[in-house]
Amino acid sequence: MFKSLAPPEYLATIDREKCIRCKRCIQNCGWGVYSWGGDKILINTSKCVKCLRCYHYCPEEAIEIKDNPTRFKQNAYWGYNHLRNIKRQAETGGIPLTGMGSDLPYTILFDNLLIDACQVTNPSIDPLREPMELRTYLGKKPSSVELEKGKDGKLKLKTKMPPQLKLSLPIIFSPMSFGSISLNAQKVLAMAAKECGILMNTGEGGLHEDLFPYKDNIIVQVASGRFGVNPDYLNAGVAVEIKIGQGAKPGIGGHLPGEKIPLEVARARMIPVGTDAISPAPQHDIYSIEDLRQLIYAIKEATNYKPVSVKIAAVHNVAAIASGIVRAGADIVYLDGFRGGTGAAPSIIRDHLGIPIEHAIAAVDDRLRQEGIRNEASIIAAGGIRSSADAAKAIALGADAVAIATAALITMGCTTCGKCYTGNCSWGITTQRPELTARLDPEVYAERLINLIHAWEHELKEILGALGINAVESLRGNRERLRGVGLDTQILDILGVKPAGR
Amino acid sequence: MNHDYQKDISGCGLTGLISRKRRRISGADIVKSLCLMTDRGNGLGAGYAAYGIYPGFKDFYAFHIMFDEPSVRWTLEEYLKNNYHIEKIEEIPTSPVKAIPIAPLLVRYFVKPLKDKMVGEIQEEDFVVNTVMKVNSEIEGAYIFSSGKNMGAFKGVGNPSDIAEFFRIEEYEGWTWTAHTRFPTNTPGWWGGAHPFTLLDWSIVHNGEISSYGINKRYLEMFGYKLTLLTDTEVAAYMLDLLIRRQGLDIPSACLALAAPFWKKIDALPDGEREALTALRQTYGSALLNGPFSILFGHSKGLVGINDRIKLRPLVAALKDDVTYMASEESAIRAICPAPDKVWAPRAGDPVIVNLED
Repeated sequence: MFKSLAPPEYLATIDREKCIRCKRCIQNCGWGVYSWGGDKILINTSKCVKCLRCYHYCPEEAIEIKDNPTRFKQNAYWGYNHLRNIKRQAETGGIPLTGMGSDLPYTILFDNLLIDACQVTNPSIDPLREPMELRTYLGKKPSSVELEKGKDGKLKLKTKMPPQLKLSLPIIFSPMSFGSISLNAQKVLAMAAKECGILMNTGEGGLHEDLFPYKDNIIVQVASGRFGVNPDYLNAGVAVEIKIGQGAKPGIGGHLPGEKIPLEVARARMIPVGTDAISPAPQHDIYSIEDLRQLIYAIKEATNYKPVSVKIAAVHNVAAIASGIVRAGADIVYLDGFRGGTGAAPSIIRDHLGIPIEHAIAAVDDRLRQEGIRNEASIIAAGGIRSSADAAKAIALGADAVAIATAALITMGCTTCGKCYTGNCSWGITTQRPELTARLDPEVYAERLINLIHAWEHELKEILGALGINAVESLRGNRERLRGVGLDTQILDILGVKPAGR
Repeated sequence: MNHDYQKDISGCGLTGLISRKRRRISGADIVKSLCLMTDRGNGLGAGYAAYGIYPGFKDFYAFHIMFDEPSVRWTLEEYLKNNYHIEKIEEIPTSPVKAIPIAPLLVRYFVKPLKDKMVGEIQEEDFVVNTVMKVNSEIEGAYIFSSGKNMGAFKGVGNPSDIAEFFRIEEYEGWTWTAHTRFPTNTPGWWGGAHPFTLLDWSIVHNGEISSYGINKRYLEMFGYKLTLLTDTEVAAYMLDLLIRRQGLDIPSACLALAAPFWKKIDALPDGEREALTALRQTYGSALLNGPFSILFGHSKGLVGINDRIKLRPLVAALKDDVTYMASEESAIRAICPAPDKVWAPRAGDPVIVNLED
């Protein structure tokens, strides 16, 4: 067989002294790295993706996965990935795919923003002893409300409020379809969303009947492939999301390789088993903003006016686009930055298109305020939220809530190896192979995800307390409480943030 | 929208009183009350506001204007003449005070907007607000620090007794008084930065630091307010103007928006009320004043005192006959009313609302 001229990325090694030949590594590796050679474990290291499943399940700690020291000569310009991709393309003529968000070393603005704290002139607030409110409502707000006194002298609401989605804290789960991830992984998200009082999102993969009981915590998505979309589906959650774009792959549609489409996935998507589910790049009934308006209102009509979210990738002109979306009638604008994850995307697209979410939040929030329509829609920010600090910074820049996906998958075992598109995920997350998905016990991993959300909830409360505020709405858009370090004047200007020291 | 501003921070003392029966009370009382709280100010700002002081001109907006340079006055007057009928112009009476060697030129104008300037939907009060915004942000060196009818603010850099002497506060008689002494921690030493802060007949004195300032400011900017002073007090004043005058909330409802009850309390209310308060919080989340504050706001029909929702700044109230007193410290009340009928500390977020009798 032709040996690829791209050397393996990783070296899987077994300490033969320690190995007891229990074969757990063979069993656990979804990639086929290990096999039984009659008297010892054989290793095909070129298949290794360093997901560390074997390492965790080796009872003797005999396994070590190293970065392959045999690499191309180091070159500050011709990087490892350039050479590797060229060699692979020369061998196949194809487009190298990838999973997860871009890992290239672009400036990470979150890491150049610091949050304020109170000292002397205003007291910090202790979240262990004082109430601290994170409750968030997503949806269109009127610019004013009218109240009246009832006969009993009590206040009564005169204004008809648009529908609102209630969140216990301003974090939701980003869309991940059944197909791109396993049903068990979706169940983890659904169970955690229910327990934490937040929302999960079906992504563009229809809704499996096992998730029907979680309808109060589900946003159903309508994307360009229209997979699984029917009137029941539209009404199966609390809101509907129209997906125009995804941060990891702006301008192109979803990719679900046929390998990941067994019967169950096919049924949920209403497509034949084993066919590639390649969503069209645009929605073919939306070639302009007025078309979007029609779809938004068609969905509202079909759902008795549930909130409609429109998800877009953060691209250069995101502010004007978001303004158009709000004016087209969306209740929520979902912004997905270029660091956002994906189950499958051409790496050339993932790594080179779009803009960071920090810029997008600032630009959109500013534009909607300038136009006096910021109350008309909520902003969800996604695309690389790694911690509660990122979430707090995104909210301070102007987001109503953040959405997380990669962080949620990491609680299920994901190590961001980036091979989601192969369908071999050894952790049972981004695979449909029954022997792999069976490993992901929804109840066990839901507890971990719930722990993560609760931990971030506590951290957000600590941050609010340090800021001397006791409600998240006082953090939202409060850029006065952020400072930039190492950012130039123009970026500070775009973010609307002062440099540290001022 | 400029974000690279330097926000003004200060600690403070405040006091206020109101005669529900519109009995006009001499400024001497409020001066005595304020001057007691020496620890609450550092001599870098004090001020007074009074209602009912211009009975002879009660139908005219009383513009109190400070000029950094006398020459700016002519630019300003040119602008005023084009837009207003000017009933009277006079320099605000002052007395020389040793501790205040330099003061801006202080002039008051009794004016009415010209009828032909009220084009389309624009109301008289909106027109006046626009004038204040325009002058304060565009005419450099001129600053309108009071713009209501039959009321006025008097303020500057100095300690409370010097400012009172300078402005001859004891010579005015009003049915509502508020006063303020400042302890700025980064003062620009500017007369306009002292309290009370006013707009139309709203006057605000404020103790505290509004930690939600950034979003409150941006929220107000969405409605066309220009925040030139960069103080928390300015935010509170404009927020009241927005909620009450422009959006038609009554004072108790506006207080529920500015110092919103906790969700836990709202959730426990009966259906109708819960629905109303939930909508109020959902809609006015960006108007919530979060962080430590006590505020007194005077208006043509009464006086309101309010605390932040966990009471991080002091506020004491007292009653004696037809007069309600509110101050940062009980001693400031007892200095002028030694035996009140009732003294109490208002609960966090619960406003004290006093209305004048007709």
